[in-house]
Amino acid sequence: MKGKDIQIKVCMGTGGLAAGGETVLRAFRESLKEKGIDATVDRNCSIHQVGCRGFCARDVLVDVIIDGEKTTYQYIKPEMVPQIVEEHIIKGMPVEEWTVKDDYRQFHEKQVKVVLADCGEIDPEEIDSYIDRGGYEALRRALTEMTPEQIVNTIEASGLRGRGGAGFPTGLKWEYARKNPSEVKYIICNADEGDPGAFMDRSIIEGNPHSVIEGMIIGAYAIGAKKGYVYIRAEYPLAVKRLGIALEQARQRGFLGDDILGSGFSFDIKIKLGAGAFVCGEETALIASIEGKRGMPRAKPPFPVEKGLWGKPTVINNVETLANVPYIIRNGALWFAQYGTDKSKGTKVFALTGKVRNTGLIEVPMGITLREIIYEIGGGIEGDRRLKAVQTGGPSGGCIPAHLIDIPVDYENLTKVGSIVGSGGMVVMDETDCMVNIAKYFLEFTQAESCGKCVPCRIGTKRLLEILTRITEGRGRPGDIELLEVLSNDIKLGSLCGLGQTAPNPVLSTIKYFRDEYEAHIHEKRCPAGVCKNLLTYTILEEFCKGCTLCAKVCPAGAIVGERKQPHRIVQEICIKCGACFETCKFSAIKKG
Amino acid sequence: MITLIIDGKYVEVPEGATVLEAAREADIYIPTLCDDPRLEPFGACRLCLVQIKGMPRPVTACTTPAREGMEVTTTNDEIERIRRTIVELLLSDHPNDCMVCEKAGDCTLQELAYFYGLRENRFWGERRQYSKKDNNPFIERDMEKCVLCGKCVRVCEEVQGVSAIDFAYRGFRTIVAPAFEKDLNCEFCGQCVSVCPTGALVGKLSLGKGRQKDIKRVDTICPYCGCGCNITLHVSRNEIIRVTSSPDTLNEGWLCVKGRFGFKFVNHPDRLKRPLIRKNGRFEEVCWDEALDYVAERLKEIKERYGPDAIAGLSSARCTNEENYLFQKFMRAAVGTNNVDHCARY
Repeated sequence: MKGKDIQIKVCMGTGGLAAGGETVLRAFRESLKEKGIDATVDRNCSIHQVGCRGFCARDVLVDVIIDGEKTTYQYIKPEMVPQIVEEHIIKGMPVEEWTVKDDYRQFHEKQVKVVLADCGEIDPEEIDSYIDRGGYEALRRALTEMTPEQIVNTIEASGLRGRGGAGFPTGLKWEYARKNPSEVKYIICNADEGDPGAFMDRSIIEGNPHSVIEGMIIGAYAIGAKKGYVYIRAEYPLAVKRLGIALEQARQRGFLGDDILGSGFSFDIKIKLGAGAFVCGEETALIASIEGKRGMPRAKPPFPVEKGLWGKPTVINNVETLANVPYIIRNGALWFAQYGTDKSKGTKVFALTGKVRNTGLIEVPMGITLREIIYEIGGGIEGDRRLKAVQTGGPSGGCIPAHLIDIPVDYENLTKVGSIVGSGGMVVMDETDCMVNIAKYFLEFTQAESCGKCVPCRIGTKRLLEILTRITEGRGRPGDIELLEVLSNDIKLGSLCGLGQTAPNPVLSTIKYFRDEYEAHIHEKRCPAGVCKNLLTYTILEEFCKGCTLCAKVCPAGAIVGERKQPHRIVQEICIKCGACFETCKFSAIKKG
Repeated sequence: MITLIIDGKYVEVPEGATVLEAAREADIYIPTLCDDPRLEPFGACRLCLVQIKGMPRPVTACTTPAREGMEVTTTNDEIERIRRTIVELLLSDHPNDCMVCEKAGDCTLQELAYFYGLRENRFWGERRQYSKKDNNPFIERDMEKCVLCGKCVRVCEEVQGVSAIDFAYRGFRTIVAPAFEKDLNCEFCGQCVSVCPTGALVGKLSLGKGRQKDIKRVDTICPYCGCGCNITLHVSRNEIIRVTSSPDTLNEGWLCVKGRFGFKFVNHPDRLKRPLIRKNGRFEEVCWDEALDYVAERLKEIKERYGPDAIAGLSSARCTNEENYLFQKFMRAAVGTNNVDHCARY
């Protein structure tokens, strides 16, 4: 009988690395070496780095798989490794104390993993790891058994829609490009993920770059492109590195280059690094950037699929869209279409962040409710506070209020309530978040990232931001809400590209659902959530103050006066509203409001 | 040809024309700041938004190709509301110093403000501040007045092929600048000045020399070379203060640095206005008859004494083709030599 098969998988996605994944991996190597595991004849032990496992809040996550039996550890630090090696790997007894608990299972229970299925399981820097799990099988089938038309039909039948935000049917886009008689065509993978708080595309490329490459080759074959680009931001060094390794390995195996798999079809992919301009995620700006010009959108039509890169028909697909393709070809359109709703098929990856307990990368079937995401997958709100809103779609999206969280998450329903699916950012907010401040935050982002080409976006978002700023600073005036609404609508209708057309969404949706908060800021000079500094006053309640002097000691501005054992007082003119006293007081004698 | 309907009017335009071109064809006014028929459409100012039946949102007339049967509405409450907002936004980030602006009276932004009756502005806030002065000799660049229509950038690249300027920075901070925001150091053709719709780019030579309304315009031909560009002299108090060219001329309104900015010689004290003959070692002003007689006589003498090939003629690029033809004819037929050449060969 052969010895035991032991695999150790350490999360080396961005979250894992940030939590110290590399040192954990090294600790395992050293510890095993010390124990002489390598030399143990009857054991076959291997250590792997894997991509994002989803539950980033619990990193470093480590899987120990002995003869197929998987134990997952969470919050692993290098100093914990020798004990795991000693007790689990040598003696076969998992260190129960450090393994994941019920909430980890709960985090995964409602998820359906398609594009993330192999992410966190395979070694992203090892092509065989992908091939062992059926990788490049779809490519083989596409090139040897299917015509381009059949591929397009399969994608159309699957109902796959663009995962970058707009949700355009992928099959239809490919069909337009396929029908175009041009001899030169291009396919571009848009990996210019830039929404604050979004890390879906990055995690896919870091965890399973081959799925994106395979999707691109299949797409290229379907539309008749000989050259492809991956436009990826330079701020994603790990993704760029792993993508580069994957491309080289794919070339060596003959999946890229001339006469792929003997089919006569030739195709190759080039990486183009973006300089971190958010607007370059807009397809016409992205094309301009690849062409070496300023990343600036142009008016459509003509659409890229008619006149794109270097004036040739070009298909631009988002990372997640392309990563879905091999799985659809491998398992069939019907398999994919079983997930999701009537018009939004399949699954969607979201970056779940904000005030939920379980933050991380999740993949859910379209049509799941926000409630399921927040309370089941996300484990509810931190500190059991009340949910206030969910922001989806990043700076182009909107805030969905708590009373609407039973709506199904799909393209149509989110649009109906004034938000969008977007690329998949999902920020959960609770009662301690000020909605005016949230709108201001997103406007700060879009205003800074506007390319400056068209007037409504360049000056309009600036004025929106200024109005929001003065409201949060207590300088709001009657009529400001109406002015925000009018200006927002004009910016939406008047702007050239998607950035400007969606930039006012956070303002409009917060006004729609949280108008009372705006009014409180303007008319009562009060921030109900207690966030906007200028509208806050800290006062000491004399009846509770014991005169312990602690607050006076921590006050960085010297704004608190009073005798020992006598009630203290805050001098409002000096107070900088940092809240240090509020946090320090042991007698709850300081009132914030 | 394509037929489309604009504001209920049937308009016929050639294939490839834009909706804006079609509207102009039908004499329907659509406001615009960034359009120039001679440049590639840009779609930046968003003033030419129109509603096209079947399209979910207003689109810019300057970038949308006309299609058969298209139904276009160039004005309605929503479109006018957006246009008004755009002009207000532009004015909220503009010095609004028309009282002292060179461009007053010939400024598209001013026209728009007048058109929409914008005495009040709903929007106010930070304005771009650029204190930097460009020390180049010809072009005054006041970026606080720039509306970022991009015409200067496009003309420099598309027409002049120089690309001396481009957009820099992002968002509200965006400006048009030469490389590294240094002083402009280009050909100084001034095409950028000619297309600028506001007072952001004006010729330094005309600064403070007269308001638009006081200017007398004189159409003439540029004397500098045989191209014969049409120019319009702007004359104030009997002094040329500016040279422009109209887009409907054979040179399409384009000029070079000499034609546009090289007019100072006209009133220069050193300018030769009559022929000079050296007499007793000193130049003396003479009349044209005397000068021509003197030249004819001397040429004759040389030809008789040394033969015609002792004489050579060099003609000038400032002459017209006709003049150059006559000159070589004169050299060959009257003088009798083939020694004739032209400065354009060197």
